[in-house]
Amino acid sequence: MSNPSAARAKPTCFQELILTLQDYWAHQGCLILQPYDMEMGAGTFHTATTLRALGPKPWYAAYVQPCRRPSDGRYGENPMRLQHYYQFQAILKPSPPDILERYLGSLDAIGIDTSLHDIRFVEDDWESPTLGAWGLGWEVWCDGSEISQFTYFQQVGGIEVDLVAGEITYGLERLAMYLFDKKSIYELPFNSPDSDVPLTYGDVFLQNEQEQSAYNFQHADAEMLFRHFADAEKECARMLERKLPLPAYEQCIKASHAFNLLDARGVISVTERQSYILRVRDLAKACCEAWLVTQKPALSAAEGAA
Amino acid sequence: MAELLLELLSEEIPARMQARAADDLKRLVCDGLKAAGLSFTDARAFATPRRLALVVDGLPVARADVSEEKRGPRVGAPDQAVEGFLKGAGLASLDQAEKRDTGKGEFWFAVINKKGGPTADALPGVIDAAMKALSWPKSMKWGSGTMTWVRPLQSIVALFDGKVLPGEIAPGGKMAPIPFGDQTRGHRFLSKGEFKVTGFADYAAKLRVAHVMVDPAERKKVILEGAQKLCGEAQVTLKPDDGLLDEVAGLVEWPVPLLGTIDPQFMDVPAEVLIVSMKTHQRYFATTKGDGMLANRFVVVANTIARDGGRTIVDGNERVLRARLSDAKFFWDQDRKEPLTSRLPALAKMSFHAALGTQYERVERLSSLAMALCEREHSKAFIQVDGSDLTKAALLCKADLMTGMVGEFPELQGVMGEYYARHDGLPSNVARAIREHYSPIGPSDVTPSNSISVLVALADKLDSLVGFFGIGEGPTGSRDPFALRRAALGVIRIIVENRLRFALLPILRHHVETFNEQGSVRFQAGAVAGRPLSGLRETTQHDVLIFLADRFKVQMRERGERHDIVDAIFSSGEEDDLVRLRARVEALQSFLGTEAGKNLLTAYGRAVNIVRAEEKKDKTLAGKIAGAPSVGALDQNEEKILATMLLELQEHFNEALKRDDFGDAMSELSGLHGPIDAFFDKVIVNTDDEALRLNRLKLLNQIRLTMNSVADFSKIEG
Repeated sequence: MSNPSAARAKPTCFQELILTLQDYWAHQGCLILQPYDMEMGAGTFHTATTLRALGPKPWYAAYVQPCRRPSDGRYGENPMRLQHYYQFQAILKPSPPDILERYLGSLDAIGIDTSLHDIRFVEDDWESPTLGAWGLGWEVWCDGSEISQFTYFQQVGGIEVDLVAGEITYGLERLAMYLFDKKSIYELPFNSPDSDVPLTYGDVFLQNEQEQSAYNFQHADAEMLFRHFADAEKECARMLERKLPLPAYEQCIKASHAFNLLDARGVISVTERQSYILRVRDLAKACCEAWLVTQKPALSAAEGAA
Repeated sequence: MAELLLELLSEEIPARMQARAADDLKRLVCDGLKAAGLSFTDARAFATPRRLALVVDGLPVARADVSEEKRGPRVGAPDQAVEGFLKGAGLASLDQAEKRDTGKGEFWFAVINKKGGPTADALPGVIDAAMKALSWPKSMKWGSGTMTWVRPLQSIVALFDGKVLPGEIAPGGKMAPIPFGDQTRGHRFLSKGEFKVTGFADYAAKLRVAHVMVDPAERKKVILEGAQKLCGEAQVTLKPDDGLLDEVAGLVEWPVPLLGTIDPQFMDVPAEVLIVSMKTHQRYFATTKGDGMLANRFVVVANTIARDGGRTIVDGNERVLRARLSDAKFFWDQDRKEPLTSRLPALAKMSFHAALGTQYERVERLSSLAMALCEREHSKAFIQVDGSDLTKAALLCKADLMTGMVGEFPELQGVMGEYYARHDGLPSNVARAIREHYSPIGPSDVTPSNSISVLVALADKLDSLVGFFGIGEGPTGSRDPFALRRAALGVIRIIVENRLRFALLPILRHHVETFNEQGSVRFQAGAVAGRPLSGLRETTQHDVLIFLADRFKVQMRERGERHDIVDAIFSSGEEDDLVRLRARVEALQSFLGTEAGKNLLTAYGRAVNIVRAEEKKDKTLAGKIAGAPSVGALDQNEEKILATMLLELQEHFNEALKRDDFGDAMSELSGLHGPIDAFFDKVIVNTDDEALRLNRLKLLNQIRLTMNSVADFSKIEG
């Protein structure tokens, strides 16, 4: 295998960071997938993680996922918070024994020199109440700054996993701010500063943050969103009846996003909030169970014969 | 004699779990060795972020054969007994046992021959069993395996007498077994590849070369001394924090303390905020200046020797801290734009507990309870308290929960409230009470002494006790989710240390009613569904008092007071004045330390024993011997003297009790011991004259009742 860090110079801008990580993980044998084309709160919601983490089939994949967290919007005024941002996700199932070394290799690839920096693995257990998922792992610190999350999945959709996936998540904007020494996300160079048309993250996304924050907090039609939630919930159940876990799971993602918007809009009370989370979790669980059935044909055939 | 060395290398173990896991490993292996009949001289366990290590010294190289005999049941005993015996002795059937006549009949005997042999044969089993039994607070599977460990296990060193023990651990699935070996690894970044070790001394030395200090105590020492040295050079003082030191020592295999600087723009943010932010988010140590104020330097402990001497690391950490503190400063500036009083409406939207209403209802109750406590304290401790200040403090004591800063740093509740209250220009004792009403938080925390703080602190704790006991959520076993034990200890300390005089029962009852009134208002407003309509439990005030008494008892025992005396006082029942309760214990303890006290106790025992013996024979006796004896109807001089004396001291005795002067009351009684002794020397209680007999028993019973009004002396060991 060629040395991936030699294949590409150290990144100097946001898009090179993404390209470097893709390159690196491709060399580790990961599929390079494209983002899931739906609004979701975290890269974990991508079927390449949530669903593929279940079942007996090995799976190595990496991808960028745009994430939407409506309540994190700050109208573009907070230099460190966005309602739309990017995660880079690598998932290796089953987790190989040298997965930490591979991860450290990715740091080297993006230009973090461990003979200069202090890298730590600090306990951080991960749990997603909406996905009924949890795992153990760390947040990875570089000189006191969190640069990644590392999780060994133990349960997804309330189901114990057959093979444990190691999941690595890089918060790309935060990591880029660290690498390129910027105090504001909006100052990050998106492409190379030497390009014909050099653009910053702000050039690309500031207006989006301003308008989407206004939408999330002030203008989203709550009635419509409640309707969307209810429709998605219903449609999800209908697809599950027809044994179509993938379309069903998309409805679950829709319900989850509608809930996040309603939450940002401030129309869900504390007590209701919990019950909405549980409703999404029930959908996620049912989808995961239905998916799992499709992943074990050998098993069900054997059961059928018996 | 030989040495066992065990090392379990894994991916990074959470700092908080390391010490306990090392102890558990040691205990489990040692127990296993003992069970295998192996003696040893010493065992030491160590933990780093990546490894648990154990060395056991002085093990024999081989064990001799041992033969052990076990006597079983009598021949012909029931099947159940025989089965139990066979199972216990590890026999398949009675054919393997032998019959023996012991002189007391024929019994089954099992002769168990334990084969000796090389110790090395027994050790793999011991290690395997210990690893299976070791339980982590949270553990996980990895890869395709089924085994669980805290994080993926990577390699095992298992050496006995310098030689690798045979054995392996199978993670399951398709994963390769992890063999016992003699290879380990050093520091993740400062060392490369595997190396071989031959025993503990070699292991520790080679690890040191590979930049791992295996002993956490050494890492702590290096951190502390290094940090102090850096601080000395910068003319600041390290702020000691043992908890943080433990944690940091669990995050590094090769500690390198470095000194960083806090950006001066943040130095006007309250010190508590800076300290908490540095500690909880970043694990930095704070430093102070000569005047004790926070200095603008901090110590970060790196886990590596950087080739630029740590400049990049310090720079990076200063950058993160700047971002963190910008957040904190933002909250500090924002929060002060709104007065604390403006937070009250938001409290009405925040639930305290589903069955106990909102935070606003809670502070309303606190205000009413604090006022009741102020009015009902009868030693005039609170005569100077300004009622409107008290109400303000109680109503505002939770307002800071709604501020941005406390939202971000919950541990700063109360602290921020005080800052914001001062900023709002509220009276100093109100501001102080907002901070102090959470105290005492632990045994080392001081109890408040400022009157308003005392009253709000007491109200806060009693409100939790009444509320949670009232809905049946009192602590059970080791579960105490609402920290009611701590609340009860707080109540006791505040009352006792400030010598406050309350009859607690009526106050508790009053507070139960406050809850119920709020509940019915809420029910009529249709606000909260699912709340019990019947209100708090009818027995709430008694449940709380019993709980307080129990904690008080535990506390006094822990202070080394005689537990029998404590029991004797508590068995008297409904004492609800904690200061008086304590005075009783102290008076009784000191009285029983005197000669007169001991004599009286003996005399009491003689009097009570006979009454009890007679009561046992005649179940109706209690009714017949109630009330005072008739002195005239007594016969012998000794009994007349005793009865007269008892009668005469009664008045003075009762008066002393009324004054809560238990010392005086006790010394009043001490004169009784002579007459009681004389009585028993001369008088036979059980005569044929039934009226005389009952009258004598009445006399003795009267002695018992009088003395029991101080304490149940029968519970005291002579």
